[in-house]
Amino acid sequence: MAQAPIALGQAVNRALETAMEADPKVIVMGEDVGALGGVFRVTAELKDRFGADRVRDTPLGEAGIIGTAIGLALRGYRPVCEIQFDGFVFPAFNQITTQLAKLRSRSHGGLTLSVTIRIPYGGRIGAIEHHSESPEALFAHTAGLRLVSPSDPQDAYDMTLAAVACPDPVIVFEPKSLYWSKGTVNQAEADPGRASEVLNRARVLRRGDQVTLAAYGPSVPQALRAAEQLAQTGTAAEVLDLRSISPIDFAAIEESVARTGRLVVIHEAPVFFGAGAEIAARITERCFYLLEAPVLRVGGYHLPYPPALIEHDHLPGPDRIADAVRRTLEF
Amino acid sequence: MPTATVTAKSPSPAPATGPVTSTEAVTGTTGALRDPSAEHRPDPSIRRSMYWDMVLTRAFDKAATALQRQGELALWAPSLGQEAAQVGSAHAVGADDWIFPSYREHGVLRSRGVDLRQLLGLFRGADHGGWDTSAARVHLYTLVVGAQALPAVGYATGMAMDGIPGAVIVYLGDGATSQGEVNEALVWAASYQAPVLFLIQNNGWAISTPSGTQARVDLARRGEGFGIPGQRVDGNDVDACFTATAGALDRIRAGQGPELIEALTYRLGPHTTSDDPSRYRDQQEEAAWKERDPLLRARHSLEAEGLADEEFFAAADSAAAAFASQVREYCLAIEPPRLPDLLSQVYATPHSLIEEELASLGAER
Ligand SMILES: Cc1ncc(C[n+]2csc(CCOP(=O)(O)OP(=O)(O)O)c2C)c(N)n1
Ligand SMILES: [Mg+2]
Repeated sequence: MAQAPIALGQAVNRALETAMEADPKVIVMGEDVGALGGVFRVTAELKDRFGADRVRDTPLGEAGIIGTAIGLALRGYRPVCEIQFDGFVFPAFNQITTQLAKLRSRSHGGLTLSVTIRIPYGGRIGAIEHHSESPEALFAHTAGLRLVSPSDPQDAYDMTLAAVACPDPVIVFEPKSLYWSKGTVNQAEADPGRASEVLNRARVLRRGDQVTLAAYGPSVPQALRAAEQLAQTGTAAEVLDLRSISPIDFAAIEESVARTGRLVVIHEAPVFFGAGAEIAARITERCFYLLEAPVLRVGGYHLPYPPALIEHDHLPGPDRIADAVRRTLEF
Repeated sequence: MPTATVTAKSPSPAPATGPVTSTEAVTGTTGALRDPSAEHRPDPSIRRSMYWDMVLTRAFDKAATALQRQGELALWAPSLGQEAAQVGSAHAVGADDWIFPSYREHGVLRSRGVDLRQLLGLFRGADHGGWDTSAARVHLYTLVVGAQALPAVGYATGMAMDGIPGAVIVYLGDGATSQGEVNEALVWAASYQAPVLFLIQNNGWAISTPSGTQARVDLARRGEGFGIPGQRVDGNDVDACFTATAGALDRIRAGQGPELIEALTYRLGPHTTSDDPSRYRDQQEEAAWKERDPLLRARHSLEAEGLADEEFFAAADSAAAAFASQVREYCLAIEPPRLPDLLSQVYATPHSLIEEELASLGAER
């Protein structure tokens, strides 16, 4: 059915509505998610529609949100937790890493924790401290969690539905800078095939045969812009939207690198110990002889997230990406 | 309220955490009896069965401690001395209720019908869990101090949403009450009026730290500012622990909101088998608490009231000895886990990294 374009944030909202409609065990919880609809309005109208029991304004405490969600999940609920901003997930770090991620293993697969954690994340919104961070590597390092990040409204819709339906805990890193970017969204019911695809598989957004640009979430549009810029000077870059950060679709990267021979990984998180480091290592292991140049990474500096007035120098934009591409081509 | 007993080695003037007398069996926050009715007193058959579980728990605990000394367990956390607080409270828990233990609640598990031998894997280095949580309605042990509190409250919230007439009891130590998460759990429980009972076993110590370092008020009062009523119970009086817990759970199940109980007891053994209490606490303090041994007290009261005879006590002892004698054999037969199994149990859904690592296991061999 043809629909008017909607923003990425709205797409998440629609997915939550679809999921709550389909399954009474789906509940939304977090700070200010009810009457206000969340500080980004992602949960707008849900409380009116489903009631305060299923759209719960919690006390102000992130450990409380995740910790009680674990208990609810043990009772068969499917809590969708909103962490108000990336930089405020840390009070919940203990519950996420020591309890949520481990209980399935500890029970030999007996306990299922279908908990979704939505984190509005990333920079480029001119925010004050703690509101622009990219902590995904800290969670990717933890076995038992799945991590995804959408880069357009359709994926945002599908990933949200998939995360809610998934029997494993999923953290959805929602790029704040893309909340308002629009696209048409097929608002279908949850579909297992589609769910598995968006939780596991990368996708090629632009074909090219000289270099592969691999990115996820908010860095995908930056990679596309860089590819556009490079095309003007005759360089054909392939753009891969990884979608999932745990697991990472190494097979898709490998397949692309087999054609291009060069790889640049882009993310907003600091380069040091970031997802790019893991990708560079694995791809080097898997296709050493296919590579024409070392895998390069473009990302944040080894800095606490800088004041907003210079965040654009910290984050990988088209110029820094294109520069990395030139370096791999000249290697 | 008891007067403060500051031991020679306590670093700070501790508030009332010392020995209590049995006259203050069940006292409210203000010192008044919170639940003076006879309604929740254990009947003779419950009292005998509690005694039985205390004896079996102690025998098992001693056997496990011995296994650690023999190098068969990596570590053991003894429940010695805390049997009344654990068994008394757990016997008051209903069939629909759920238990979220800490890591020392062997008496709770025994009372709930969990085969205590299933605990050995965890301490042998073979397992991180051990029992079927839904069969026993006992969550797995939690080693991260206090981390079970919030899941327990969430679980209780879910029970209330489901309209189940049950409650959750969450076990915490005196040290655990200082954790931010435990305080957050009190906020959550009060805010949602969750059907949950916080049962704090104040055993005087968090490893080497006296309970006075954790709190400048009686822990029974820790819930007050959160809007959660509390009471202190003599944690070495198994009947009192039963009565206090049964009363609290009845009110909680009736929708009257969360409560807190401080069971004042004592860890007679080391924190774990790796600990050396002589470095931080007084022999005299231990000796004083040995005199309040909860098993002896339970036995004396059963005898005094003519509720059990020599034959019963002898049967309990021989059942305990028989059980303890099987522990070693069971322990030695525990297999180490297999890496492929562990890898397969991390996620419910296929995960390419796991698949890759599973495949690499074959290649490395
Ligand atoms: C978060 C955390 N910090 C530290 C430890 C190490 N530790 C294990 S038990 C313990 C003391 C706990 O004392 P208490 O809550 O009184 O329980 P008890 O051991 O007396 O039963 C400590 C510090 C831990 N397991 N978890
Ligand atoms: Mg203690």
